[in-house]
Parts: sequence; structure tokens; C-alpha cells
Amino acid sequence: MSASTIIFYIVSALVLVFGAMSVFTRMIFRAAIYLLFSLIGIAGIYIMMNMDFIAALQVLIYVGGIIVLIIFSIFLTHQSGDKLPKPLFKRIVVAAGMAAFGLILTLSVFYQTAFKATTEMGVDHSARNIGRQMLDYHHHGYVYPFEIVSFLLLAALVGCIVIAVKIKDK
Amino acid sequence: MTLDNIVLLIPLLPLISFLLLGLAGKRIPVSLSGVIGSVILGTALVLSLVTAYDYFFSIGKQGSEFIPYLTAQLNWLPFNSDLAINLGLVLDPISVMMLLVITFVSTMVHIYSLGYMKGEERFTTYYSYLGLFTFSMLGLVLSTNIFQMYIFWELVGVSSYLLIGFYFNRPSAVAAAKKAFVVTRFADLGFLIGILMLGHGAHSYDFFTLIERLSMPGSSYLATMTGVTFLGMSTLSWALILVFIGGAGKSAMFPLHIWLPDAMEGPTPVSALIHAATMVVAGVYLVARLFPIFAVGAPDALTVVGYVGAFTALFAATIACTQTDIKKVLAYSTISQIGFMLFALGVAGWGPGKTEGFTAGLFHLFTHAFFKALLFLGAGAIIHAVHSNEMKDMGGLRKSMPITHITFLLAALSISGFPFFAGFFSKEAIFSAAEQGNPLIYYVGLIAGTLTAFYIFRLYFKIFWHKTPDPHAHNHEKGMWAMLVPMILLAIGAVFAGYIPFGDFVSANGKPLSLPVELSHIILPVGLGILSIVVAAILYRKENDVPQRIITALGGFYRAAYQKFYIDEIYLFITKKIVFNLMGRPSAWFDRNVVDGTVQKTGSLTLALSHAIKRVQSGKLQAYTMYFFGGVLLLVMLLLYKFI
Amino acid sequence: MEQVPLAHLLILSSALFFLGIYGFFTRRNMITMLMSVELLLNSVNINFIAFNKYLYPNQLEGIFFTLFIIAVAAAEVSLAIAIIINLYRRFKTIDVEEVDTMKF
Repeated sequence: MSASTIIFYIVSALVLVFGAMSVFTRMIFRAAIYLLFSLIGIAGIYIMMNMDFIAALQVLIYVGGIIVLIIFSIFLTHQSGDKLPKPLFKRIVVAAGMAAFGLILTLSVFYQTAFKATTEMGVDHSARNIGRQMLDYHHHGYVYPFEIVSFLLLAALVGCIVIAVKIKDK
Repeated sequence: MTLDNIVLLIPLLPLISFLLLGLAGKRIPVSLSGVIGSVILGTALVLSLVTAYDYFFSIGKQGSEFIPYLTAQLNWLPFNSDLAINLGLVLDPISVMMLLVITFVSTMVHIYSLGYMKGEERFTTYYSYLGLFTFSMLGLVLSTNIFQMYIFWELVGVSSYLLIGFYFNRPSAVAAAKKAFVVTRFADLGFLIGILMLGHGAHSYDFFTLIERLSMPGSSYLATMTGVTFLGMSTLSWALILVFIGGAGKSAMFPLHIWLPDAMEGPTPVSALIHAATMVVAGVYLVARLFPIFAVGAPDALTVVGYVGAFTALFAATIACTQTDIKKVLAYSTISQIGFMLFALGVAGWGPGKTEGFTAGLFHLFTHAFFKALLFLGAGAIIHAVHSNEMKDMGGLRKSMPITHITFLLAALSISGFPFFAGFFSKEAIFSAAEQGNPLIYYVGLIAGTLTAFYIFRLYFKIFWHKTPDPHAHNHEKGMWAMLVPMILLAIGAVFAGYIPFGDFVSANGKPLSLPVELSHIILPVGLGILSIVVAAILYRKENDVPQRIITALGGFYRAAYQKFYIDEIYLFITKKIVFNLMGRPSAWFDRNVVDGTVQKTGSLTLALSHAIKRVQSGKLQAYTMYFFGGVLLLVMLLLYKFI
Repeated sequence: MEQVPLAHLLILSSALFFLGIYGFFTRRNMITMLMSVELLLNSVNINFIAFNKYLYPNQLEGIFFTLFIIAVAAAEVSLAIAIIINLYRRFKTIDVEEVDTMKF
């Protein structure tokens, strides 16, 4: 076992632990912070798989944007100090049951499937290749979804403003 | 205008009168509506006379015998070759005779009502109902198909309900109308079953086809229907008896006579039209129509008809001797006289020398229409003058109502069979037919005829004699020309109608039949009749106590006859104790709890179910997502493990 | 990294996914529900990247999918926050059990 595999297992364990703590904790701010660490751990996994561009994106957008947004919303709704109420026992049982069942089902499917790798030569996953491919409109080009996603972001932006605007009563 | 069109118009004219006066009545001035009704009916009368002349003297005769002449035919419901209900109008000696009777009496009643019903608020409605009734009756007699006749039969029932219950503010009138309708409807159940049996056996519902198939001795249909017997009588006899039950209901034969005395709650002209001349003779007409089948195919059914008629004649005549309401006396008289007509038909047979009863019965129908309608109209005039129906409020009216007096006397003489009046000829024909047909019925009829003369003259003397006339009483008849003219016209008929050689026109097989009047036959009935008139004069001409002593002497029997032999009480007992308790109450319980209950339980069940299910939509987001995820898991399991 | 079998990566992503599911069902606060959704999306991202690296190293499809998922997740979170703020103004609470007026 090389060092990278050991590091991999440690990082993935961290991801899982922080994720679990984020789900189970009763303080909301702490949940956000645990989530933040979990996401950073995931970025680490990406780096270990040589997908640095995606790792950078993960840190930039998820950690730097989304978690910040969540923290802002926690402040805006005055929730930061209090303890969250505990959910109903029945709810816990049913949810745990469903989740466990789903997990077992998925894992059994994974174990029964023989994953076949392709034998072609690998492509470099550098940012340059990604950029080229994205703006390519030939086969395997992704310029069309790229444009659509930009529309989506615009719509989301406008929608957020419309939904959250405070109407002043006359 | 051809004869076909004229015959089509005859029932249509009263229908137009009904529709016109019924729908536009509010816009026509009240006095005009009566005149319109009378004019329309008068036109129908003229057309009937023309038709009768045409039929009897030119078209109807083929050789020396009268045959049915179809004037209109419509294929209405042809189901298959065996079963078809067609509509049509047919001219036949008996239908033409009935046309004359109906239109004449109806016209007289229309004119009479101009005076009698004056001041009545619903004057126009009355005339429209009269038009409806006349239309239904005319349709009934002109029918070619037994189902068509059944339709008009029911229409007649409905219009008589409307007319009897005309004074609907009176509970007794409403009850009487209901009783008439229910009793006749109940009898019509038998009629319907009989029709269905006849149709099933003969594979046709057309009168002339039925007659052809079921009265030719060698016919196969006749053989099938008479072959199988049930309790000793063949299928055909049962069918005909059931049909006769329907006729007995309409004609008020025992035990279905209970509605007719109560039906006197209607206005008196209505009684004259419906219960003297037209509706009640529908049963006689029905038997006459199906007479060949009765006579050839099921003579035992004809015997039943005869005995029922004879019994009813005697029964009703006995009751009529005790009643004090003049309209009730006349009602029982009608029941009795129809009994005469039916037993005359009952003693007749088929074959030479035996068909006299048929002609006699129909002859009596013809003359009875005149004198009975006249008696009722006269009673109406008397009631109008005295404002009461009871005989004790009358007496000595002969000076203040001269014309009514004379016409009433003429009618009374006619109904008693006094020589040379119309009733004499028809009654003699009946008696001579009965004498040679069935001696028992002859004697019963003789007694009934004697009682007829007695009660009618009891009525006459108690109204017009009995008390000394009041010298200061004004003439009640001044200005009542509308009521007097019809009475005079009917009186002419009551006297002279007997001189028509009826047998030349109407007979069972179409060939002319002579009805000779032989001295040896007439001596007994006429003698007994005159004797009873004399007895009635002795008892009732002047006030005395002999009748009261006779009543006390007869004791219980008199009381029973006065109470109409308690038949109504028996019916009431049966309906209240048996029908209502054993059938009515359980059915009502079943309807309320089971039928309604099922529907309500279905509703409440659905409601309960929906209350149980509605909690799924709880508004909680996480619940929805749990259902969603659960569904996804299920689908995945299904797809993976079932459909691999 | 070549010694780490694909299966282990998939175990990681599945575990993360079902943790997210559990958190989504159980948490009573809208914002924490949102955080569970982020866990879900990230697990899917790991899955895509893993498959791309192990099974199809000659293609960049997985990367692109991940890219788009990250972009869409960002938009979705901002919209969700806007809605939560709106609901907070209306109901004065962000407890998801309290917001149940759209019911029978």
C-alpha cells in the first residue's frame, strides 16, 4: 500500500465523519462548518484523482460561495444561537431504515456488476483540454450546454431577486 | 270530404276542443268557451250522423250483411310478424252506433252545462275536460287494435278522474276520484293480462284478426288456446274472463261497482255523460267487440259474463230501492241496467236463433243512453233548484218545474218498460232472449226489472208528488233554456228511439235480425212493471206511514241494503288491515332502510374513506419526499429483480 | 491512486448519498435540509469523476457533468435561500414542520 492510498482512506473517512456530524448535530452553525470541512475533503479526493480543475472549482464555488451563502442565511434568519429541536423518533426510525435499505441495495448492485474499463489511451485532464472541449461544437463538444447553463444562472439570479425582494407597504 | 276524413275528424274535434280550451282558456271570455265547446261537439254530432247514414245505407253493406270498414290504418310498432301494434279507425255497426250515442249525449251535456255550470270559476277547464273525455271515448270505440283500445281505455279513466274530482276543494270529491281511478286501474290489470294472453295465443293484437283466428271452428290458434285447460277452463276462457274483469271494472259490475256511487261527487252533467251513457258502457262494448270469440271459443266465459251481469242487476236494484240521495238511486240504477246489458250478451250464442241477446243488449245500451242521461239531467235541474240531493228536501215540485216533470216522467216510463216507450222495446228483446237462453237468468232479470220500475217511480213520486206543491213557489225553470232544450231532445229520444229497427243494423254476424214483439212474451214483464208502478204510487204519492212500517218490518235486511250490503266496509278492511299492514308497511321499511340506506351508506362510506386517506396530504415536505424516495426504491427493486 | 479499487470509491459516494438522504428526511430546519442536499449533490459528483477516471479515461464527459452539476447547484442554493428568507418573513420560523398550510 502506497502512501497515496492511505491518505485516500484517511481523507474519505474524514469526509464521511464530517458529513455525518453535519447531519447529526443540533447546532446549526456547527453543521455548516462541518459541511465546509466535508466539502474541502471532497476537493482533496479530487486532487488525488488528478482532477485539479474540478478540485479548484469545488473549493471556489462550493466552499467559497455556497457555504458562505448558507452562513449568511443562518444569520439572516436569526438562527445562529439556538439548539435545533430533535426530530420525532418515528421519523428517525423510518428514515434510517430507508437509508440503510437503499445503501444495501446500491452496494449489492455495485458488487454484482463487473465494471469494464475501456482500453483506449487516456486523455490529459488539464484545464486547457477541458476548455478546448467545452468550446468545441463538433463531436463531444459542450458549447451548447454551456450556453444553456449561462441562461439558467441568469434566470436563477433574477428569480432570487424577485422572490426575496421586500415589498414596502404603503 | 271523403268518409275517411270525416271519420278522422270525429274524434279529433273534441281533442281540438280540449287543447284549445285547455291551453288558451284564460284568454277566451268565459261565456264563449262553453259555446265553443258546444259548437265543436255539435259539428262532431253532425259528422257522426253523416257517417252513420253513409255506413248503414251505402258503404257498409256487402250483399245483405254489414262488414267492418277500415277508414284509417297506421303501422305503429311492428316488432315482428307475430307481434305488431297498429293504430286504426274502423266503422262497424256497433262502433257507428256508439259514435252516435257518444256525440249526441256529449253535445247535450255541453249545452246543458252552459246553464248548470254558470258562475263556476273553472268553467273553461270543465269544458276542456269534457272535450278530452269525449275524444278518449270516441277513440276507444273506433279502435282496430286491442292495445289501441287499452290506451284509450286508460285515457278515459284519466279524464273521468279529472271530471269526478272537479270540485277538488272537497275532500269527498278527491277521495271519490281516487277510488274510481284505483278500482278501474286495478281491474285493468286483468284486462292487460287478458290482452297479453290473447295476443300470445293468436299472434296478433288486431281485433278482426283475433276474431278471425279465434272464432273459426277449425282454426289452429283456437285449437291451441282451447286445448290446454287450467282448473277446468281453457286458456282462452281464462284470457277472456281476465279481459272481462277489466270491462267489469269500468262498467261497475259486482264486486268492482264500489266506485260508481261515490263518483256522484262530480257535477251532475258529468254523471250524465260518463256514468249514464258512455264510460260505463265501455265494458259492454268490449264484450260486444270480442263477442264471436266469446261465443264460439269460450262459451263458459260468456256464461260467467251472464251470471255476473244478472247478479249485479238484482243486487244494485235492491240497493236502489232504499237510497235517499237521488243521484245515488240513479247510480245504482245505472249499475243495474248495465247488468241487464251484460246478461243479455251473456245468454246469447252463435248460430241462427241464438244471437238475439247480442242485439238486445246493444239495443238496450242505445235506449238506456237516452233515458238515463235524461234522468240525470233532470236530477241536475232539481238539485239546482232545491240545492240539495236528498229526497226529503224535495216533494211537490210538479207545479214549479213543469218541463222537468214531464221529461222525467217520460224517462221513468221508458226505463220501466212501459209499452210503446223506447225502454219497452229493448227490455222486451232482452227478456225474450233470456227466456230462451237461460231461464234462471230470465227470472232474476224479471225480478230486477220489477224492482227497476218500483224504485224509479218511488223516486218520481217522492220528488214531484208526495207533498202538496207550494202555491207561492216561483217557476224554477224560468230562463233556463240551456238546461231544458237538451232534456227535451233527450226525451224525444227516450220515447221514440225504440221504433228504430235496431236488429236491421246491429247484429252479431252482420246480417239483419228481426226482433218481433210477441204478446205472449210481453205479458209477464209488462204486467209486473205496471203492478210495481201502482205500488209505488200507493206508497209514495201522498204522505203516509206505510213505507215506514214496511221498513221496520223488513228490519235487518233493509238496513243491510241501505248500507249497500257493507261492501265498502269489507274493501276498507281488506285494504287497511291486510294490504297496508302486510304489504305496505314492510315495503316502506324496505324502501327507507335498504334502498335508501344503501345509497346513504355508500355516501357515508366514501366520506369515511376520504377522511382516512386525506391525511396523506399533510403539507409536510419531508413526508412527501419520504413517499417519493420509498416509491423510487420500490421501482428500483422491481426493475432489478423482476425484469432483468 | 490506481491501487484503490473503484468499488471503494463507490462505497464512499453511496455512503455520502444515503447520509444526505437521512439528513434530508430527519432535519427539522430548512437550512440544514439544504445542507443535506449539498451532500447528495457532492456524492453524485464523486461518482461521476470516479467513473470517468476508472472506466473512461479517454473522455471528459464526467468532468463536464460535474461542472454543470456544480453550476446548477450554486443556482439552486441561491434560489432556495431566497425562498427560505421569504418563508421566514411569512411564518417567522424556519422549522419545516410549521410550514404545512398546503394540506387537506
